[in-house]
Amino acid sequence: MSDGSTAGPQFRSLDDTPVRVVSARASLKVRLANLWSRRELLLGLISSDIRIKYKNSALGLFWSMLSPAVTLAIYYLVFSVFLKNGIPNFVIYLFSGLVVWNMFQTSINTATGVIVDRAALVKKVSFPREILALSNVGASVVYFVIQLSVLVIFVACLGHAPAWRFLIILPVSFFSLFFFTSALAMVMSAVNVYLRDVKHLMEVFLQLWFWLTPVVYSYENSIAVHLHRRGLGLIYFLNPVTLIVMTFQRVFYVQTVVRSTVNGTMLNILPTWTFTRFLELNLVLLGVTVVLFFVAESIFGRLEGNFESEL
Amino acid sequence: MATVIDVQNVSKQFKIHHERHQSLKERLLHPRSGTTEVFHALSNINFSVAQGETLGVVGHNGSGKSTLLKCICGVLQPSSGEIRLRGSLAALLELGAGFQPELSGRDNVYLYGAMLGFSKRMVDGIFDDVVSFSEIEQFIDTQVKFYSSGMYVRLAFAVAVNVDPDILVVDEVLAVGDERFQAKCVDRIRRFKDEGRTILLVTHNADQVRALCDRALVLDNGDMIADGPTQDSLRVFREHLLANAVEHDEAHLLGTISVDSVTTPSGSFEVKSGAGIHLDVVVSAQAAYSGNFVVELFTRSGVLVSRSDAQGSPINLVPGRNVVGVDLAQLPLLDGVYDLNVGVVDARGHNVVAWSEQAASLQVTYDGREGGLVELGATIRQQ
Repeated sequence: MSDGSTAGPQFRSLDDTPVRVVSARASLKVRLANLWSRRELLLGLISSDIRIKYKNSALGLFWSMLSPAVTLAIYYLVFSVFLKNGIPNFVIYLFSGLVVWNMFQTSINTATGVIVDRAALVKKVSFPREILALSNVGASVVYFVIQLSVLVIFVACLGHAPAWRFLIILPVSFFSLFFFTSALAMVMSAVNVYLRDVKHLMEVFLQLWFWLTPVVYSYENSIAVHLHRRGLGLIYFLNPVTLIVMTFQRVFYVQTVVRSTVNGTMLNILPTWTFTRFLELNLVLLGVTVVLFFVAESIFGRLEGNFESEL
Repeated sequence: MATVIDVQNVSKQFKIHHERHQSLKERLLHPRSGTTEVFHALSNINFSVAQGETLGVVGHNGSGKSTLLKCICGVLQPSSGEIRLRGSLAALLELGAGFQPELSGRDNVYLYGAMLGFSKRMVDGIFDDVVSFSEIEQFIDTQVKFYSSGMYVRLAFAVAVNVDPDILVVDEVLAVGDERFQAKCVDRIRRFKDEGRTILLVTHNADQVRALCDRALVLDNGDMIADGPTQDSLRVFREHLLANAVEHDEAHLLGTISVDSVTTPSGSFEVKSGAGIHLDVVVSAQAAYSGNFVVELFTRSGVLVSRSDAQGSPINLVPGRNVVGVDLAQLPLLDGVYDLNVGVVDARGHNVVAWSEQAASLQVTYDGREGGLVELGATIRQQ
């Protein structure tokens, strides 16, 4: 408190500072600009989220790996030991899909309730509210990076080389995942303010969604034939997570056709698309998810106006 | 001077649900049940605040002043109209609302700073000031959940005033901490004012507005009924409160009693310091009434010099014209103009029945050597 009192009045003219507008309908451009200008808050919330979650726990961030590790172990035991599906190196296939799925599921599950949970804050402090949902996505990205590192180390230890050529599609795929997850997280967090069931509904729906995504089974090896015969193949790919999971599997699992460890027959595990086809599809998906992100941002803006009276 | 807050045609409506269904099942089962009523919290508010102004917003409970403030801070979006702001804004709405109990005081300072829109580098620069202002040096690395409520609020206040905002918005929070800390807060707000920053003070405490603000707005049921110099606005506020009370008056007394005039036997309101003055207050009543008579004396800068005890001055009004004599036996005041407010309150002193703001102005002349407000008659000698 010794600064200003001796220095005298510190006057600065505000004639040249930009004008901020508070109004009922902010344009998407203004909303995105606001969001960008508060990125430090986003980072602050992400780091506080993570620190609070593992505060006072001896193992800290280790816990973020334990739960996925157990899931991985269970599915591995079930599908490679008890109900043999015959896929060699199944654990790598499983791991590369689970990494993606965990990021998606954790984000949506935590973000859906976040605005209701932080009602006190939302009603008192001004900041773009979608930052709360995005901070949950951000925290999941951190866990995702940790799990991905473990996957890389794991694959390296097994001496299993990734598909180097496909590696550059991975960032594209990751950003699609990020934008899609963020879009859904924002919309769900806002809708949950009006309909509190959405949080529970989402938890159930995500379980179903998990089985609609080829994480623990192979699409090509199971339902692809049936769906294609009925001309429904496209419907399966309407789930954006599918392509992302397949891309990760293509990069880390590498083989598209393998010999079954059970009876020696050839199994189609992954689509036999070329590098260009994978890249094209991922770029299209990225475009779609970015558009979805903008749409979600607008929807959020519409719903945000009445938060105060609904919370 | 730049306009820092420009409120244009701002209205805000709330939907009040009389029966609320927030679960999907209830909504599906009762698609149209529950009536909705639209409540107009603000209607067409227009005003602007120039840089360096200290603006008070007064109004009784439910007048919309907090809604207006929340719109300005961006916590709420107006239903129509817009608010243009220039420069950074820190709001003391509910202190500590942004705190995470699980994090340490240090982490919370940074997080709260970020919520108010200030960068980590800026918070680094003021961190020591925040800690010393809040007086919790030894607990800064303790989790906030172990803080006492006073410590909690002090830390939040310290962040908000030290982040160096261009606009400070204060909502009835000056009642935090102990008396010493409150004085420190008021002092800090005064310094803000001296530094040429803009302050928006929302309160229903007229004395606080008088002491800090140059200009005041009066809100009533979402309408702005006055915008002008503090003295004028506060007069409107008081008179309006009275007019409003008429509607809720069960005994139908209000409006039947009024303060008509204040005169002196000589006709002059000039008085020499140390002398006395007699005032005749003419009060007309339509029916007999027993209540108490109140006299307030203010300086022109809004400092309350004296307020008579509402319960110590019983009067019995008779129907028709009453003259109440007020004897100010001795005015130990120094040079200046003092405004007099007079009124009648009920026997318990809770409700104002009649009021006249600035009913008269006393011109006090003083030829001694003391400066200030009151003559103490100090004699100084070496012993």
